Amino acid sequence: MKLRFWFLLPARIWLTMLLAVPLGIICVYSLLTRGAYGGVSLPWTAENFTRLADPLYGAILLRSLWMAAAATALCLLMGFPLALFIARARKWRGLYLFLVILPFWTSFLVRTYAWMFLLRDTGLVNAALQAAGIIREPLTLLYNNGAVLLGLVYGYLPFMVLPLYSTLERQDPALLEAAADLGAKPLAALFRVVIPLAAPGIRAGSILVFIPCVGAFLTPDLLGGGKTVMIGNLVQNQFTTARDWPFGSSVSLALMTVVVALVVLFLRRDAEEAL
Amino acid sequence: MTKKRIFGEDIIIALEPILELREVTRQHGGRRIVDRISFSVPRGAFYSLLGPSGCGKTTTLRLIAGFDAPSAGEILLSGVRVNERKPYERNVSTVFQSYALFPHLTVQGNVEFGLRRISSPDIGRKVKEALALVELTGKEARYPAQLSGGERQRVALARSLVMDPDVLLLDEPLSALDPKLRKQMRVELKALQSRVGTTFLFVTHDQEEALSMSDSIAVMNGGRIEQIGSPETVYLRPATRFVAGFMGAVNWIRGVGLRPESLRLARLAPNGGPCCAATVTRSVFLGNCLQVHVRLESGEEAVAEVERSSDAFQAGESIHAFWKGADEMVFP
Repeated sequence: MKLRFWFLLPARIWLTMLLAVPLGIICVYSLLTRGAYGGVSLPWTAENFTRLADPLYGAILLRSLWMAAAATALCLLMGFPLALFIARARKWRGLYLFLVILPFWTSFLVRTYAWMFLLRDTGLVNAALQAAGIIREPLTLLYNNGAVLLGLVYGYLPFMVLPLYSTLERQDPALLEAAADLGAKPLAALFRVVIPLAAPGIRAGSILVFIPCVGAFLTPDLLGGGKTVMIGNLVQNQFTTARDWPFGSSVSLALMTVVVALVVLFLRRDAEEAL
Repeated sequence: MTKKRIFGEDIIIALEPILELREVTRQHGGRRIVDRISFSVPRGAFYSLLGPSGCGKTTTLRLIAGFDAPSAGEILLSGVRVNERKPYERNVSTVFQSYALFPHLTVQGNVEFGLRRISSPDIGRKVKEALALVELTGKEARYPAQLSGGERQRVALARSLVMDPDVLLLDEPLSALDPKLRKQMRVELKALQSRVGTTFLFVTHDQEEALSMSDSIAVMNGGRIEQIGSPETVYLRPATRFVAGFMGAVNWIRGVGLRPESLRLARLAPNGGPCCAATVTRSVFLGNCLQVHVRLESGEEAVAEVERSSDAFQAGESIHAFWKGADEMVFP
């Protein structure tokens, strides 16, 4: 018992200092009045939460959830075949996995800027298409929902591929042989055996992509050009430009509540399946 | 199949083997895992491939199922060449060593899996019958993880049998069970095979298993078949030294092989027949018999299994070892 206490102590301190305390601060801030130059002051008020009822914020939240869901679906559609390919590769498996995580070696900010250079009117993509004579006028590739979605999928695809790979790689090859033996063609085996058995990986990957996508602010800011406001931008805005820390805190709490509710929904389904 | 008209009745004589391998070879990495093997399995037989691990018996089974492709030779099912057919295009079914049950499906889901793939009619009735056959009625809603080892094996059997395969391929299906259950399942498996009449091709490394269940045994070694025959033939009349040694213990005396139970011991020299003087070195009580180790006058060591008796042979005692000429196993 003693040993257990000491081994868990670092994690306890870490979680208290970096999770519980900041969360407490946000809860307190969300109930205070904004200060003149940022920060917070008394008196206590519930106004920060009543303001959330404004349809404007509901629309932003819905758009964020929608964008995150679309990004998650695209990551799954692209990540599954990739993960399956890597899991079934006879050689070079280590290299493929290395390539999947290679982008993490540079800053996400730098990579997002790189996309801007590629997509802007005078960017590489438009220049190449014009040079090839396919288009005359540059296409508007940047500062729209499509660009934001692209940025999100690009940024979070590895978070989908890795958990999918780990479940697919562990699948017993004899199960596939059994499926074929019982008359299942490759596609039937994929949908009846491989995908159902990869469900834990699909759920883990989806949660890992969905959560950061809902709260993303860098990608919509840079690739959406501020036109596509997601809830992360709203929060960031309150703490920087608008200097309304209490409202920023209440939006954060609202976002967190929604995300936790969705994750619990996912996990409860997991629990039911396990029974 | 050949039809003959006898006394106005059509009698179908299944002369043609249901499964035939002709000079089948499987090469992998420059090594011949299966080396020009040929055998044919008659319809309805319980046929065993017996051999030590690495002898190519499991590979042979995988070639028949279609998981691996032969490098040369022909595989025929009911007289039709199936070399090029995918596993899902061959009417054979495999009971895997690990059973390979689908963990996300119930017993019902596992057994009906194959029927659904071929859009079979009467799925419900067939599954019910198959589960009744392996005595799993009432466990339809269980998942594989909730079953015992023996039950899992029976699900695997039901899942394959329900497809009504031409040949049921069994890859060491008893090896994952504990020894007591294994012996019981031998009897049950043999009874099941007689009941359903399906042709069984049974792969094992356990000679006792093969002897107790098979109609025919093909003994394999180093990718080749050493001998094909009935259990009596391969045990009593082995074609090679390897088969003799693999099927059971052998004493090598004056260049001929003798099973321990064929070697007899007596204090007085018997009249006629092969015989030689021997000294008892050790006597071991085995419960059902007495195992007596002797050194022959030629210096050769031998083991005899003799009946338990009150006047047991003592170590150091001088005796005579003798046997019947007919029990000698002679190899070129």
